[in-house]
Amino acid sequence: MATIIGFLSGIIGGMGIGGGIILIPMLTILLDVEQKIAQSTNLICYLPLALACLPIHIKHKNIDLSVTKKVVPFGIIGALLGSYLAVHLSPVILRKLFAALLFVMGVKEIFNLKWSGGQR
Amino acid sequence: MNIKNINANLLLIILGLSIGLLNGIFGSGGGIIAVLLMTHVLSFENKMAHATSISIILPLCIISSFVFIKNGLYDTRLIIRVALGSVVGGMVGAKLLCNISNTLIRRIFGIVMVISAVRMLF
Repeated sequence: MATIIGFLSGIIGGMGIGGGIILIPMLTILLDVEQKIAQSTNLICYLPLALACLPIHIKHKNIDLSVTKKVVPFGIIGALLGSYLAVHLSPVILRKLFAALLFVMGVKEIFNLKWSGGQR
Repeated sequence: MNIKNINANLLLIILGLSIGLLNGIFGSGGGIIAVLLMTHVLSFENKMAHATSISIILPLCIISSFVFIKNGLYDTRLIIRVALGSVVGGMVGAKLLCNISNTLIRRIFGIVMVISAVRMLF
């Protein structure tokens, strides 16, 4: 069952819709996985996929590394702060905050809003 | 350094902080926000924004994963099962992206997301 859920979210991720935002609720609702465990599963499962894609994109010069170099150091500060919050927030509050984000992203997909440029 | 450069750098700082924070708290969604900001604020074309977002999100995911693992918040069996499915799914999804119009599929998943959100809220 977990493999099927991974497969479905992989398809959605590969299509550029955002696999994690689908994977996390599927794990919590269908398999009763705890919100924090579902989030760490998504983070860790993303690593091999991204590591496989990255060299191909660099080779095809699809990546603007000047932006990456400037954004990543501040991104790391945000990531440390964000994951520290996630680890220490109550699972109930974290789950509700996540649901709010999911709702907004879902509405955006339904009405096919163009402000994401239609990708990922 | 002129005012335009200062503004551009400030923008990249805010971009980094917000992508990292969101991706850290929710364990997802950073890529969506990264692409959104790059296409609209930095006027990147889709392909470039998508690929650049991977290079930004990957180090952030490594950092966030480390924090979760350090706090014992992981399930190895679940990770292996989900990873197996998502690697195969990712390849299928990338093929679909090239071959078919995905407006209908996006709408269906939008509906699934809203229903899931309501279930998680109450």
